[in-house]
Amino acid sequence: MTVESLYTADGMKMVCGGDGSKQIDGVYCCDMLSVAMSKAPAGSCWVTVVCNLNTLAVASLTDCACVIIAGGVLVGDDVKAKAEAEGIALFSSEEPVFETALKVHGMLGA
Amino acid sequence: MSEVKLSYTISGDDFTRAGEASGDVKSKLKVLGVSPDIVRKVSIALYEGEINMVIHAHGGTIDVIISEKDITMVLADKGPGIENVELAMQAGYSTASENVRALGFGAGMGLPNMKKYSDEMKIDTRLGEGTTVTMKVLLQ
Repeated sequence: MTVESLYTADGMKMVCGGDGSKQIDGVYCCDMLSVAMSKAPAGSCWVTVVCNLNTLAVASLTDCACVIIAGGVLVGDDVKAKAEAEGIALFSSEEPVFETALKVHGMLGA
Repeated sequence: MSEVKLSYTISGDDFTRAGEASGDVKSKLKVLGVSPDIVRKVSIALYEGEINMVIHAHGGTIDVIISEKDITMVLADKGPGIENVELAMQAGYSTASENVRALGFGAGMGLPNMKKYSDEMKIDTRLGEGTTVTMKVLLQ
């Protein structure tokens, strides 16, 4: 599945499209940036409630395919601007982390 | 490939810019054709060091030397120093403040990650004077 599949996915709000052709290999959930930094697999769809510029820095350094800010956490304009500048695919979801991750996981298996 | 040296100044307490140096090193290593595994190791080790300098030491300097054999990273600060290095090296131990934790940091994984993702690591710290961490990642 590619990032593009999330553009129109139910319950997913696109904040920044990034590179829609990027392959999503799996889903990763974590809210501690240092843990995500060392554990997030490259090519993963990272689901978290931590939404700041450092989230994007970690996503970029670990080569995540995209980031989903779950739990209805507000995505600030600074984060949106940074995602656009760096070309990082960024989405937000009103649902909690688990439900959001489960949804993407289900899409991967479909 | 001849030796390449990159130098950065890290501003203290500026979380919005933390990670810029690591990001720049990462893209330069990619351009130099360094393998993705090595790039990941260097990125993680350096980012953790960079964040540590921002959180604990009011910034500092980072020098990265890329040779044919290895990548050496020297992170120097004039911060408070590390009181107990052995304790700081334990996964989960953290002295980060509440507001730093709210940003998603302070898991106590900084130094352990730096050690894990570098092939050699040396910590030279003096209380009240500062800390210099030297990390080496081998290219082969």
